[in-house]
Amino acid sequence: MPRPSTGRPGPPGGAAAPAPPPDDAPHADSELTPAAPSTPSAVRRRPWRSRAGVYLLLLPAAAAIAVGLGYPLVRQFVISFQEYGLAQQFGRPAEWVGLRNYTELLSDPYTWQVIARSVAFCLVNAVLTMALGMAIAVLMAKVGRAARMTLQVGMLLAWGTPVLATMTVWQWLFDTQYGVINWLLAEPMGMSEMRYHSWLVEPMSFYFVATVIVVWMSVPFVVFTVYAGLLQVPAETMEAAQLDGANAWKRFWLVTVPMVKPVLFVVALLQIIWDLRVFTQIYVLQRAGAPTRDTHLLGTYIYSLAKEFSMAGAMATIMLALTLALTAFYVRRMLREEEL
Amino acid sequence: VSNPTRTAAANAPQAVVGRWLLGALAVAICLVWVFPIYWMINSAFLPTNRLRTPTPTFFPVDGTLSNFRRVFGDPTFFASFRVSLATTGLTLVAAILFAFVAALAVSRFRFRGRKSFVVAILVVQMIPAEGLFISQYQMLDGWRLVNTVVGLSIVYVAAILPFTIWMLRGFVSGVPIELEEAAMVDGLSRTGAFFRVTFPLLAPGLVASGVYGFLQAWNEYTLALVVMTDPAQRTLPLWLQGLVEANRATDWGVVMAGATLIAIPVILFFLFVQNKMTAGLVAGAVKG
Repeated sequence: MPRPSTGRPGPPGGAAAPAPPPDDAPHADSELTPAAPSTPSAVRRRPWRSRAGVYLLLLPAAAAIAVGLGYPLVRQFVISFQEYGLAQQFGRPAEWVGLRNYTELLSDPYTWQVIARSVAFCLVNAVLTMALGMAIAVLMAKVGRAARMTLQVGMLLAWGTPVLATMTVWQWLFDTQYGVINWLLAEPMGMSEMRYHSWLVEPMSFYFVATVIVVWMSVPFVVFTVYAGLLQVPAETMEAAQLDGANAWKRFWLVTVPMVKPVLFVVALLQIIWDLRVFTQIYVLQRAGAPTRDTHLLGTYIYSLAKEFSMAGAMATIMLALTLALTAFYVRRMLREEEL
Repeated sequence: VSNPTRTAAANAPQAVVGRWLLGALAVAICLVWVFPIYWMINSAFLPTNRLRTPTPTFFPVDGTLSNFRRVFGDPTFFASFRVSLATTGLTLVAAILFAFVAALAVSRFRFRGRKSFVVAILVVQMIPAEGLFISQYQMLDGWRLVNTVVGLSIVYVAAILPFTIWMLRGFVSGVPIELEEAAMVDGLSRTGAFFRVTFPLLAPGLVASGVYGFLQAWNEYTLALVVMTDPAQRTLPLWLQGLVEANRATDWGVVMAGATLIAIPVILFFLFVQNKMTAGLVAGAVKG
């Protein structure tokens, strides 16, 4: 690799490699009339070429997202206003039914129950994950090197485990007859009524197991991201705050938290999004022998509607609206604060 | 200049005890998080008669390899391995290539629509894919791509791209444009300067995004469940779920051996590159 000579500051230029001028709005008209005959110089043509080039660079990614996500999204939205069931699968044209699918879904108390459950599950899991993750990140920054390394390795192991392997082990841990959790609760801890407890039959107990698994899986990400943010807080600032008489608690809330706020924002936003759309964990636990109707969250409910495409489409649209509603506040703030 | 009173305080007996307590707490938390993984490996080495006992066996002393032998004797394991490998490979090549050029455009050029593109990338990540799978299935079905590696890869690429662009954009912005400009002053073309100066510095970022994409595609379950309905086209996570459903309550040993075989290579891979991924995320999210 050739070493770039950084010893010569100044704007790049010269005949050898004319840098493209910063192409901003005033050049817009030259974009429409590229390379007019009266301006044969390369400089005049350059902005147009680089502009077109830029869009070519964006094209593959934009096209892939449009095909894999955009088109299904539009299609789902359109279908949610149609009657599209099994008959249409066999070639009958779909009929427009306006908002009927939505009114049918939203007048069903069960839909509201699923929405309420999902929002509650999402908030409980996001709050628990954030609280535990932040606490462990702060602990990581406070302890000595050996303890920190130990903690990091443990977190990484949990984070790196594929979700299906994780789900498989947790089913075994919570197994009714030979599961080690029932044994731990009954033998060393003396709760003998837990010896052969079926964790997945009761909805609350089912959600407890799901929460344990989701939080266990999500915490390491929060820990590492927040810890990386904590490292960026300058030591001088903390010392200055200490000299000014702030105790550890005050230093944390008045210095550390405001400084890592951008990281906390992003992480909290991602947790809410991920916990609202949780599917795999719920689906696998349901397959392990839970009553599905009592334990559906949005993802599994949509999956269970799969045979009625329009209903599934309407429900998915409702889910999207819910996600946007829950995250609008965050997104607005992020867009405002961030220089994109 | 360190504060003398602080050093004295750190050496005081209570402070030392406090440090030890915090250290012990850290180790205890680590144990809680590691235990499920330990238990998976432990059980994988135990024969069924030692798993089905009133008191669990905590250490696989004179364990057995028979569970692993049974997994390796299962031809569907290797078939699924091949499907997973093909899907992940195809997804990665496309996603990294597309994301790289897009990240380049976003962080190295100023053009109309740039900000909208970045906002779109951010917003797209909020679309709950778990609500889209029905129409994704229908789309692939219409193109006769259900139960094909190509079909699954199409939806994977779209799912992975936004975050990969977001992450790579942080890495590209992290390489000062002045380096490129200096090389251009020295007579390299813009393209030459990019490939000879910036590109080598981006290698860690590309590796990190590649690993992110690999983990996402390799471990993905939901879309695979919807798209790969034919048992012959199962990816490894689907294969493992099939193994669980066939052996649940009868033979946890073989299930744990399957889970261990799937998990260990991924965990090792992950340990190897995790810090670069976190750095990329923080850079993409915070630095702009």
